[in-house]
Amino acid sequence: MNHDAYDDNYIRSILNNVKSIAMVGASPVNVRPSYFAFKYLAQRGYDMIPVNPGHVGKALMGKPFVASLADIDRPIDMIDIFRNSSHIMPVVEEALKLSPLPKVIWMQLGARDDAAAEKAEAAGLKVVMNRCPKIEYGRLSSEISWMGVNSRTLSSKRAPIPTQGMRLSLNRTSFGGGQTAASDRAAKNKTETT
Amino acid sequence: MTDRLPGFSTLAVHAGAQPDPTTGARATPIYQTTSFVFNDADHAASLFGLQAFGNIYTRIGNPTNAVLEERVAALEGGTAALAVASGHAAQLVVLQQLLKPGDEIIAARKLYGGSINQFTHAFKAFGWNVAWADPDEVESFERAVTPHTKAIFIESIANPAGSITDIEAIAAVARKAGVPLIVDNTLASPYLIKPIDHGADIVVHSLTKFLGGHGNSLGGIIVDAGTFDWSKDNKYPMLSEPRPEYHGIRIQETFGNFAFAIACRVLGLRDLGPALSPFNAFMILTGIETLPLRMQKHCDNAKAVAEFLSTHPAVSAVNYAGLPGDRYNALQRKYAPKGAGAVFTFSLKGGYDAGVNLVSNLKLFSHLANVGDTRSLVIHPASTTHSQLDDAAKVKSGAAPEVVRLSIGIEDKEDLIADLDQALRA
Repeated sequence: MNHDAYDDNYIRSILNNVKSIAMVGASPVNVRPSYFAFKYLAQRGYDMIPVNPGHVGKALMGKPFVASLADIDRPIDMIDIFRNSSHIMPVVEEALKLSPLPKVIWMQLGARDDAAAEKAEAAGLKVVMNRCPKIEYGRLSSEISWMGVNSRTLSSKRAPIPTQGMRLSLNRTSFGGGQTAASDRAAKNKTETT
Repeated sequence: MTDRLPGFSTLAVHAGAQPDPTTGARATPIYQTTSFVFNDADHAASLFGLQAFGNIYTRIGNPTNAVLEERVAALEGGTAALAVASGHAAQLVVLQQLLKPGDEIIAARKLYGGSINQFTHAFKAFGWNVAWADPDEVESFERAVTPHTKAIFIESIANPAGSITDIEAIAAVARKAGVPLIVDNTLASPYLIKPIDHGADIVVHSLTKFLGGHGNSLGGIIVDAGTFDWSKDNKYPMLSEPRPEYHGIRIQETFGNFAFAIACRVLGLRDLGPALSPFNAFMILTGIETLPLRMQKHCDNAKAVAEFLSTHPAVSAVNYAGLPGDRYNALQRKYAPKGAGAVFTFSLKGGYDAGVNLVSNLKLFSHLANVGDTRSLVIHPASTTHSQLDDAAKVKSGAAPEVVRLSIGIEDKEDLIADLDQALRA
């Protein structure tokens, strides 16, 4: 599938359906983006598992770190990879050995490995690259709008008051192409110059 | 199933606004408050550390202002926006993220007189240098590029003569130079031109003009197109380097394609302080709901007035891109096919004195230093907005002594024509 832009409904169905998320490369350092995303997704009710061999023995928001995906004691719906593009493939290969298989491979903002994506898709997994699940959840729920971000969604229903652990509705009307990429042109320019 | 995509007029009414979570109020409430309580200490820390979505203090963000920001971002097709106290504040905050002392911007010579002053004097005092280029000669932008160039700044429809800028050609220069293109879209509004579609990386507005539209509230806004890679070559450390203000967060890495808008908010607005009043945000939001209706009427009226003036015996020339013979007519058809805007100039055979007389004889047009009001406005730039420029610079910026600038309102066009006719004959 095309990974330059995603239909909002594709992202919506992923974020509406997954329950457990293993975050590979999660950091206990509270200024790292992975920490932000981990904390937010946990507050929105996802069962979060931090994966980082360098921090085994510690915990992130009360969840103990594990060294690898194989060390997780329960089925995982989604693997959120906070690693550079060059470190994606081994994580995907490890994920494809899990039983049951995860449903989604998600690569963070700035991370993209098309070969790894193809491999995961061939095994029946959904793949998202170069996006942040916190940003997408905040956008589709419009919670992100407080900081002037264009959620590219509309709703005439009363907004919920977000509280700790509350799942928000992601089912607003999309506009602007109904896609996550407002920066298609940037992506295109990048391919043109490389 | 793919969702139906809302059109421009639907976005002008709805984007960013949802019934209030607490009361169900349908119109956007005016959150006239300086500050917002935290749920607990952890929530406060998360907000201050930029880890959570939420409000802290109105100098950083406000729920009324946020609706305005999302709405303008949606209308412009950007990823995010930041509302500030004025168009001038928008320019200050944008350039603070991009320039260090000794850096340069290349700016179109045809700009609002206030912007020329701001760039020439105030910004020079910060060590930010400006190189002027001619928007009618794209090569002049290319020639002005140096290793210190950090941005290119143009107006889509340029003050004071309503000339149309070839945005795509100048965007190509910016891309080649590896710097962002900033477009002031005040005189066009996104109803006429969406600069991001033509290659702009940042759009700024004086909301005071057509977006607010009623001449009652100052405001400015910055729209992030989400198109520029700020991490390249370490040229923009405010975005790419760890920020000591936030314990080492890298803004681009954390916020992706709306990083520029966030930098403007948490490094610019927070520390420089030009916050927009929530009351003004409410007034401007109300104005934006009718932007498509007003803008079309502004343009239709302006075209009728320009046609009338072009045949008047006291008038030597009319600069309106919507007239078939105008030098900008081809660019207008390409960039602004719905209309050429409502701000333009014309020249009087009687020179400077005739300009001063016309202004004093008009009965319906108001003589003042603003544009983009429901009311029709007139000004004689040489004696007012552009009076601080020397004579050569006046001519170059389109404000020669015999030139009068009009901003056509949404009154009945027959009344506007009659008023101009009597004043020109008086």
